[in-house]
Amino acid sequence: MVPPDAGGGLMRGDLLSDPVEGLDEALAVVDAFDEALVAGLLRPGPAQAAGVSGLAGAVAGTPLAARVAEAAEKAAAGTGGEDHFVALAAARSALLGSVHDALVQRIDEAVGRPVEGDETAGPEPLAAAPEEAANLLAAARSWLCDLARGGWRGLDHELVAGAAPVVAAMLPEPGMRRRAALLDGFAAELAASCPGATLERVPVRRWADLWSRALLLTVPGSAGAGAVGTVTGRLLPLGVDVQEHATAVQAQVHAVLEPAGGGAPRLVRASVSAPKPDTVVGAGLWQLLRPRMSLLGAVGEGRSAEVEAMPVTAEGDLLWDDALARTGEPADAFATARVMLSAATAARVEPLDRHPVRIAVPVLLEGYAAREGEDGLAFEVAGRLLAVDTDRMPAAGPLTPEAVAASHACVGLLRWDAGKFLLQPLAVETTVRKKTVAVHAGAWAGGTSDKAGVRAEKAATDAVAVLRERAGRLLRT
Amino acid sequence: MGVGALSVWEKSSTARVTAPARPRKLAKVPFVELADGRLQGVVSSGSDIGRVYVSSVAARTYAFACSTNNNRPCGGARGMFCKHIQALVAEAVLQYGAERVARYLAVEPPDGEPTAQSITGAMSAERPEKGDASAAAQVFSRFLRQLAYLEREPVTAPLPEMQWFPPTRAVA
Ligand SMILES: [Zn+2]
Repeated sequence: MVPPDAGGGLMRGDLLSDPVEGLDEALAVVDAFDEALVAGLLRPGPAQAAGVSGLAGAVAGTPLAARVAEAAEKAAAGTGGEDHFVALAAARSALLGSVHDALVQRIDEAVGRPVEGDETAGPEPLAAAPEEAANLLAAARSWLCDLARGGWRGLDHELVAGAAPVVAAMLPEPGMRRRAALLDGFAAELAASCPGATLERVPVRRWADLWSRALLLTVPGSAGAGAVGTVTGRLLPLGVDVQEHATAVQAQVHAVLEPAGGGAPRLVRASVSAPKPDTVVGAGLWQLLRPRMSLLGAVGEGRSAEVEAMPVTAEGDLLWDDALARTGEPADAFATARVMLSAATAARVEPLDRHPVRIAVPVLLEGYAAREGEDGLAFEVAGRLLAVDTDRMPAAGPLTPEAVAASHACVGLLRWDAGKFLLQPLAVETTVRKKTVAVHAGAWAGGTSDKAGVRAEKAATDAVAVLRERAGRLLRT
Repeated sequence: MGVGALSVWEKSSTARVTAPARPRKLAKVPFVELADGRLQGVVSSGSDIGRVYVSSVAARTYAFACSTNNNRPCGGARGMFCKHIQALVAEAVLQYGAERVARYLAVEPPDGEPTAQSITGAMSAERPEKGDASAAAQVFSRFLRQLAYLEREPVTAPLPEMQWFPPTRAVA
């Protein structure tokens, strides 16, 4: 299974810049539908009707065909109901799922990594949602369908405000966090863009993505991610990826799991997330997340972790519990990447969740030349340019775009967006006074003694203290 | 199919639509937002720790309002901006940057580069009217809702949809 270049982790850069067959056609169908959502589906014109019908045409040979054809017909006539919108969202999602699969296949070839077999059982079906939750899902669905009818150009404050009570009711329910975080972030963006009629430009694909994702998550039982088993062994962190919107943050540790008792190493993730006030930013994000996941401290110190019977999902996500883990020996992310990455198996994304935005494949790059161009930084790999997305590196960390530009080795996440592959650096090696120094984006996850970092921590502590004091006085009066 | 004219930004799943708040001290003005066509927020009273003011300035007309969380009108906001509104503008500039605040309020300060002072000055010079304070309850409840977020426990089940929300180093 181990490819001939095992250890080197070298990537076939040429494969990443070659066209992927069928991609443009699928995305053109998606674009046409997405443009229909800009004006809304209340009174669709001919172009919108065509955009909606195109979706039906694209899934004509699949099990979705009949439902989507009916949905497209109704929506094109301006009489689409909630179930019809859900069917259209499912069709769009299936198309983007196929785009995801084609891109992942290309990455597998370029990286030369073995794929986890499909012998693992699927996740246990979740118990039917309780009645209360069903009401919340119905309320979310009704709001999303109103959005689709009005279109992004029809956005106004009253319409957008409809999400607030739904999110407020979802947040106390840990099982609803996934939906709440999505709806809250989406609604905040829409609110900041009101009124839609005077918007200079519309994030066409993004909002259609968020809309269809949210709509599919209103189907009871859709937000699965239950455990399919447990893992025991040594966890060797590669780096931390942070995601945030105004009122939520998530940190994901990407790591290689060395199973106790042998067996192929596996790529896994450990996530921790929290809702937050919009003024908690920077180091404040680490402070919110740290107490819930000891692994952030281990990563910050450059250590491994030993896990015992830690639950894991079919997608390779550990459902972290501090009681099942302890901090281990020092572990260097670059050593892990050089020795183990190319032999580590990766789990597949669940079919319903497949979308290019989910692509985040850990890779090691060495021997590239950094090039500063009009579109920002790029690494020249095997004669081709791979764009480097330095914008994704968290501000509360020591890794800067300058350090990336001066680096000679990089552990990062290979991603894809808007028609091209991108590399998101998690850590780099640079040379300082003839010595190799590693700089990690997530170095401050567990705290820091770095001067700038200490200042940021202090500012964040003060901000949260003020908010807690205000909450203490105002929330309970 | 009549399409294909979408720009890279329009075709991006992770296009950045709003910039994150810049860090600032929250003691005086714990909540600020550019929303509903207004700059609005919550200002802590300097004398009574249990009291806050809900203040706002409307875009374009600069119509202003200020009242306590118990709906009592602010004594300082009779014919002109009170100190709460001035503090609100100053903190909004710290959180969002002067340019974004000026753009949102449709203020063009005479001497180019906007600052908190020049934005407040330019609006005052227009002798704005007192606006209606009916939105205060909504602003206050949004602030309370965000405060309540701090009391929610973090979870370790993955939130796959957060992949649509990458951070950005770009400031507002
Ligand atoms: Zn006042």
